[in-house]
Amino acid sequence: MTWENSAITIATLLPLVGALVIALVPRQYDKGVRALGIVFTGAALVFAIAITFTFDYGASGLQFQLDTRWIPAIQARYHVGIDGISLPLYVLTFVLSFLCAIYSWRVVPNPGKTKAFLALMLMLETGMAGTFIAFDLILFFVFWELVLVPMYFLIGIWGSANREYAAIKFFLYTLFGSVFMLLGFLALFFNSDIGGGVHTFDIVQLQQYAASGGFSHAFQLIVFAAVGLGFAVKVPMWPFHTWLPDAHTEAPTIGSVLLAGVMLKMGTYGFIRIALPILPYGAQKYAPWIGLLAAIAIVYAALACLAQKDLKRLIAFSSVGHMGFVMLGIATLTSIGINAAIFGMVAHGLITGMLFFCVGSLYDRYHTREIAEIGGGVMQKLPYLGGVFAFVAIASLGLPGLAGFWGEVMALLSSYSPAQSLSAPLFRAFMIAGGIGTILTAGYFLWMLQRVNMGTLPEKWKAEAFGDVAAVEWVSWVPLLVGIVGLGLFPGLLTDVTQAPVNSLLGLFGA
Amino acid sequence: MNQAIDYTAILPELILAGTIVLVLVVDAFLAPSRKWMAMPLAFAGVVASLIATFTLIGDDRSTFGGAFVVDEFALLFKVFFLSVALLVLMVSFRYFREGRFYQGEFYFLVLTSFLGCLLMPSSRDLLMLFISLELVSAPGFVIAAFRKSDPRSNEAGIKFFLFGVLSTAVMLYGMSLIYGLTGSLNLTEIGRVLATPLPQGRETMALASILFIVAGFAFKVSAVPFQFWAPDTYEGAPVPVAAFLATASKAAGFAGLLQLMFVAFPAQYEFWTPIFAVLSILTMTIGNFVALQQRQVVRLLAYSSIAQAGYMLLPFALVSANPVINQDAFAAAVTYILIYAVMTLGAFAVVIAMAKESRGLLITDFAGLSRRAPVIAVAMTVFMVSLAGIPPLAGFWAKFLVFQVAIQRGGIGTALAIIMVVNSVVSLSYYLAVPKQMLFVDGEHERPLVAPALVTAVAVLASVAVVAVGLWPELLAHFPPLSTLVGQ
Repeated sequence: MTWENSAITIATLLPLVGALVIALVPRQYDKGVRALGIVFTGAALVFAIAITFTFDYGASGLQFQLDTRWIPAIQARYHVGIDGISLPLYVLTFVLSFLCAIYSWRVVPNPGKTKAFLALMLMLETGMAGTFIAFDLILFFVFWELVLVPMYFLIGIWGSANREYAAIKFFLYTLFGSVFMLLGFLALFFNSDIGGGVHTFDIVQLQQYAASGGFSHAFQLIVFAAVGLGFAVKVPMWPFHTWLPDAHTEAPTIGSVLLAGVMLKMGTYGFIRIALPILPYGAQKYAPWIGLLAAIAIVYAALACLAQKDLKRLIAFSSVGHMGFVMLGIATLTSIGINAAIFGMVAHGLITGMLFFCVGSLYDRYHTREIAEIGGGVMQKLPYLGGVFAFVAIASLGLPGLAGFWGEVMALLSSYSPAQSLSAPLFRAFMIAGGIGTILTAGYFLWMLQRVNMGTLPEKWKAEAFGDVAAVEWVSWVPLLVGIVGLGLFPGLLTDVTQAPVNSLLGLFGA
Repeated sequence: MNQAIDYTAILPELILAGTIVLVLVVDAFLAPSRKWMAMPLAFAGVVASLIATFTLIGDDRSTFGGAFVVDEFALLFKVFFLSVALLVLMVSFRYFREGRFYQGEFYFLVLTSFLGCLLMPSSRDLLMLFISLELVSAPGFVIAAFRKSDPRSNEAGIKFFLFGVLSTAVMLYGMSLIYGLTGSLNLTEIGRVLATPLPQGRETMALASILFIVAGFAFKVSAVPFQFWAPDTYEGAPVPVAAFLATASKAAGFAGLLQLMFVAFPAQYEFWTPIFAVLSILTMTIGNFVALQQRQVVRLLAYSSIAQAGYMLLPFALVSANPVINQDAFAAAVTYILIYAVMTLGAFAVVIAMAKESRGLLITDFAGLSRRAPVIAVAMTVFMVSLAGIPPLAGFWAKFLVFQVAIQRGGIGTALAIIMVVNSVVSLSYYLAVPKQMLFVDGEHERPLVAPALVTAVAVLASVAVVAVGLWPELLAHFPPLSTLVGQ
């Protein structure tokens, strides 16, 4: 067990250990439990940062690999590793979880039960992080499903008024997609042959087998649909997005942050890691459809946002739109497109995570999410909160100089000249739709800011003694704010990491 | 016939039979306040029988002219049945002691039923199978009606009995036809004769008699359209009896069915695999969709076990000429049965713990249980989520093995797999109904629930097993492939 092969396993499983430890602590040590939450997420983050420092950015292929026996009866192995595509998302998971743990120091939503709350959050962290490092289809699936139960309980117990409906809808919808994904994985297994009729679940070996032309075209079309369905529901792609507004709106603040910040990325990551390289023909044939659905998502989500009265629901729909840009980048099957997608994922994680934090803090004070109820004047009443909110909203609409810009512009750029096998005019039409979407996005965000931040403060709030941004909130937000500006000014920080592995992935793909 | 009886081979059964007689006799001499002592006696007997079974591990024995065989398959199921017997005894103890029941008679009857369960996986002879099946069912008829003053319990017993004897009659008819056709009762011999081409009329009769025999076992495992007795019987019977019926009784039915289809009738697979496919689809679909409507917990679990029987029937529909697939299907079926029994027994244990709350236990009666009895609430959540097939719990791996062999088979297997996955998603909504009440909804009273210690122990043990196998499936998945009957 060296650092090389155990680091990512330890980092991923540490939160789970933390959940068990927290479960054993007696109930009355409430602050102690919150401190433990911060300690464990912090420790895992330290490991993740150490991994980024010991990562070899010049090398290609997987690093920190561990490939051992797990379930011989099924021929599933415990194969984990990390490369430039996984690394940003992996670190994002730990960063957001750590910040959520800090945010929880100040407030754990109704009805309390801090132990269960933090234990579930830590279980969620393990599931999310594990998905980004798993290189065996069954291991990937187990981590993928692992996030469903904690999120179901987080929404169902600590959510707002309509939480039970939102929770069960989220669970059933996502599970429905996942089971077809599982059947797709099994089909891949039984059709793979790494020599002597031996089958494999290993993603790396499947990629090589696919590159050598192992899977027939008809097979790829069917299996891409099955596997793609599971990923599409998670992303969520239009029209499989209907679980998202309810889930995001009803979830507690940190539930929304982790759901939007990391969990959605599991779907798009699945496309990049599994669907595209292992089923290249299927990817080429379905790419125009994915592009179409992405373009629709961008415009549809923007229009839906314009109609929203609930602040949190508005941000939830904005997530659908942003993921539309990410999927558009993926659908182009080009290096720029996939780099754009990963950039967009990380940027969205930082920005929308931050947006949900802001809305959560607003709700803590105003006890309402209705825009009409809030009425305006947040800038006057809570200048710092209003300022941060405005900053993040503007980052989300894609202002150049901030993180959101690069993901969007690179996606549109890649859409102008998609891969050789795809129809350029079609994708340029998508690009135009994306452009229109950008304008509408700016529209709804600015209009929202006008209605919430600006204008006159309604009478009923004048007397309320709301504290402005608290110290704990600053501590949990500053890293995100710095990240948003940093990535906006220095996009190379991220694209340098993802460039090489994306190129080698597309090389396998042969597009 | 002067064949020597291999007493070592039947030692577990002998010990259990001795315990049965002892329990009945001792009960006659116990004072009314001491009747509960029958349970520790029964428990000790089952433990002794279990030890005897362990000593047989590694042996391959055959006695009674080949009608009774001890091999890995038989030993796996014997160990399983005896373990389930221990757990059933544990959950029955307080329930029967505090209700106004005949205790000694109950333990006598339930152990007799378990004796039938022990005989079933060793039965390689039609007559022996029939005897085992009846030995499992007959005491079941009586103990289902054990709550004598309750009309529901009487209804449960009568329904079970009438369905049971009707199915047995049909099955016996089929068995006698097969005997006439093949000239033998021995399963291996029947398999050999049926593998050779038969004259046209005889072939048709063989197929028809296979159908009759399957009908008898389909009743036992509550497959559609033989499932009508199950919900009413489970609901009316005392809850430990329902637990027994849902786990041991059903598993015994499957053990018999596995032996029949894979040893006696594998040659006719083209005929009966579509029938099993239809049975499987109907059973899981009807079981799941009717379960969605249920408000009462025991009925919910009854329909859940009907649907789970549908999943367990699926591997039968995948049999083909390919021995590798047959072996995988066999192993998948066995693993599913074992895991299913643990999950369901645990869920029933929790219901027994709650049994004092109200007689017809509703799902809404579980409200707020997470505050009142956190350990039991967590255990129940584990069982419900596992039954729905969510990783990383044991139920997921059980379903996964079935999916795997279905996709491996291709063709009808893929269609069946798709139907099973959709059913699994649907089932989640009713499985989550109970945890939802326990965790999301506040209860009316706050006083802690005091559950009998043995019942809580069973619930905790079962939930630990479910989580352990879920995290490390190799623990369990190692054994079924070793106990295959395919190619014997």
